[in-house]
This record gives sequence, structure tokens and C-alpha cells, in this order.
Amino acid sequence: MTTAETTPIAYPFNDPEGLDLSGAYEEARHRPGLVRVRLRYGEPAWLATRYADARLVLGDRRFSRAEALNRDTPRQGEGQMDGGILSMDPPDHTRLRTLVAKAFTVHQVEKLRPYVRELTHSLLDELEAAGPPADLVDRYALPIPVAVICRLLGVPEEDRPKFRVWSDAALSTSSLTAAEWERNREELRAYMARLVQEHREAPRDDIMTSLIEARDQGDRLSELELVDLCVGILVAGHETTATQIPNFVMVLLDHPDELRRLREEPELIKGSVEELMRFVPLGVGASQARYATEDIEVGGTLVRAGEPVLVAVGSANRDALRFDEPGRLNVARPATQHLGFGHGVHHCLGAPLARLELQEALGALIGRFPNLHLAGDVVWKDQMLVRGPRVMPVGW
Amino acid sequence: MTWKAEVDGGRCMASGMCAGIAPDLFVLDDERARPLSEEVPEEERVLDVADSCPAMAITIVDGGATVVGPRP
Repeated sequence: MTTAETTPIAYPFNDPEGLDLSGAYEEARHRPGLVRVRLRYGEPAWLATRYADARLVLGDRRFSRAEALNRDTPRQGEGQMDGGILSMDPPDHTRLRTLVAKAFTVHQVEKLRPYVRELTHSLLDELEAAGPPADLVDRYALPIPVAVICRLLGVPEEDRPKFRVWSDAALSTSSLTAAEWERNREELRAYMARLVQEHREAPRDDIMTSLIEARDQGDRLSELELVDLCVGILVAGHETTATQIPNFVMVLLDHPDELRRLREEPELIKGSVEELMRFVPLGVGASQARYATEDIEVGGTLVRAGEPVLVAVGSANRDALRFDEPGRLNVARPATQHLGFGHGVHHCLGAPLARLELQEALGALIGRFPNLHLAGDVVWKDQMLVRGPRVMPVGW
Repeated sequence: MTWKAEVDGGRCMASGMCAGIAPDLFVLDDERARPLSEEVPEEERVLDVADSCPAMAITIVDGGATVVGPRP
């Protein structure tokens, strides 16, 4: 067994620009035990890189997220991302999650499909009318999830320029000092608190209103929990999907045979979104460390009670013990239990919505533009937890 | 009194949500979740599990075979 005395290596491994998975992960998967790593801030941690180890750490209740609040948790930016539903354990986590879970089930989300489809087509009409080239991020990838989450949550879509800045900063890593990060969070909270007040005075048919009812009539959450939950839904509800749309397009343009197959067999779109979720390592590196609440053996390493473990889902999704030809993109790959949406109690709340948006956005785009191609230099996001183009000029 | 829990294996996407919320009642096998025992206690927590399943794969029925979870 590996011991905690091993000298930690610098992490994250991935290049922040591009979507490649660092070769260091494959090496790590082949070595027994977990990897000892150190991030720019916080205490050293164990890193799980194999599929089975990742599932164990994410799914086992003996690992805690809430403990991170008491610790100098391993992180890429100075600001501590404390608070919110991602830093809770059951039963507190369950109490909040169940209040919103029903809005995001497969059944509920499917009702939005016609609306999302119409949205994608009207955005493509606008692109066509304006003519190439166009920035796929600003004109297509962002407007889709922003419009959908604003409508579901009850946030005015015209505020997008405002919350874009805060949302970017919330996921930013080393570009902000702890004080700047804190100030940004307070601005976003103040903005959301004003919206909550407006909804209290004039209830509507949206998630914010149902959360206000759960607070004011059922006392099921505190005012700060209410505000933070709305902030979390707004940020998580658009940032990752808006990033994955151009990422998926980049990867498909890089795999012309797979893209051709997807155009010829559009019924593969649902499966191809799952395959792209598996294939694209979105994060620069693992974050949101889990803390062992007792001694637990993971992949040949004895993790001591109180030690943090990071889970590299991008690496787990390329584990040859789980996936045939893991490094190959195969849009017709049979269904897999990839970890792109996480696993366990923190499994992405919005996964059904993200799937629907990705399916519709990708399907409509490649269907409309048979000659879709890059038409300029891609500018990559910088110092963010998620990787992807900030600007992606395309022609058709 | 107890309720009965069923997991629809066709719908289950192995998110691990149920086993995370109630590890004493649900277990996640390799590809899908199942109740450890079909009989589950009449507890709010059990309804929380059915409500939280992202795949809506869990059904809870009472003694009279009436569906009590997931709640509408």
C-alpha cells in the first residue's frame, strides 16, 4: 500500500488550453494506489484516476463534502468555494436537493424539448441571416442554456451581461484574490436577493417562486440557502452547457468520420452526447475534494480519516478497464455509465436538462450547416475551472 | 406498516442518488440500483429518494397498491 509520506506532485495535469487529457493520468491509472498531489492552494490530497475508485469515492457516504468547510481544502484559486449545495452532506443536502429535484427530472425536462428546439432554430436563422463568420459561443452556445435556465428559474434574460461577469468569476481560479472572489459572490447574492424579493411580491410559475413557498410556508430552508440555491442553479445551469456545446463541436470537427456518421444517422444524437460527455475532459483538473470520515481503502491506498480525495472524472472516463478503446471517440458506442455528470448524491441535478440542450443544440447545428468549419483562431478560457473556447469563429 | 419500493431497471441510470441518500435501503450494483429489500419503512426519506431520482426510476407504493412516490 502507498503511504501518505509520498511527496505530492503538482496538480492539475491538464493544459488549460485545448481539450486533451494529460498523459499523466494514463500513467497514474496503471500504477497501484492513489496519486499524492498538491494544488496551488490548500492541503495535499489523494487523487483517484481509475473508474472503480472514482465511483467508490463519489458514491460512498463515508466520504464527506461538508468537511471541506472546516479545512484548507485543495483548490486552484485562492477563494474558498464554501457553501452551497455542493458543500453539503445528507440529510441537509437531501433537504435542499429534493426541493428542486422534481423540476429537473427526465419527465419534467422533456416537456421543454419543443421550446429548446424552436430556440435553436431561431438562433440558427439569425446566424444565417447575418452570414458567416460568427462566434459560436456568443451567438449560439451561450444564448441557449441562458434562455432556458432564466425561464425555469425566473431570472430576466436581459440581465445576462450582468450575471455573466459574476458567473465567470465564480468559476475562475487564480485570477481573483480571496477578497475579490468574496466581493463577487456578495454581488451575485445581492442581485439574486433582489429577484427573490420581487418574486415574493409577485409570485410566478417558476422555480424561484416554488422555493420561496418552501421557505415562507414550509420553513424548509433559510433565506441564505434560498438565495445560494438560486445562484447555484443559475451558474451551474448555463456555464457548463454553454462550454460543452462548442467543446463538442470542436471535438467533432476534429473527428470528421464520426461527424459524417452522425449527420448520416441523426438517431445517434442521444448516444453521441453521452459519448462526448465521456470523451471530453471538461475540467482543468479535479476539484471539490471528498473527505474520508473513517479509514477507507481506495484502489490500494489506505485513505486515513480526515484526508481529502480528489476525483479525476475525465481520467475515469478513459479507463480501459471500463471502456473498450477508451481513447477513441465512437458516436455509436453502446450506452455507458460515464461519470461526466458525476456520481452519487451530488450527481448533476440538471443532467436531464443538460442532455436535452446538448442534443438539440448539436443536432440542429450540424443538420443546418453541412459545411460547418472553424473560421479563425479559437480563444480559450483562461484560469477557469472548466475548459473550452471563449471565442470560436465558425463559417458554414 | 411498510411501503414497497421498485426500481425500473430500464430507466435507472445509476446516478447513485438513492444509495447516497439512503444507503441502508438502496444499493447500487454495477449498472443499476435496487432496494435492499422490497419492503421499505414509511418515512419521508423514502419519498425523498423517489422524488430525487433524476431518471424517475423509483416507485413507492403503499399497502393498498396506491403510488405514494414520487410525489406529483
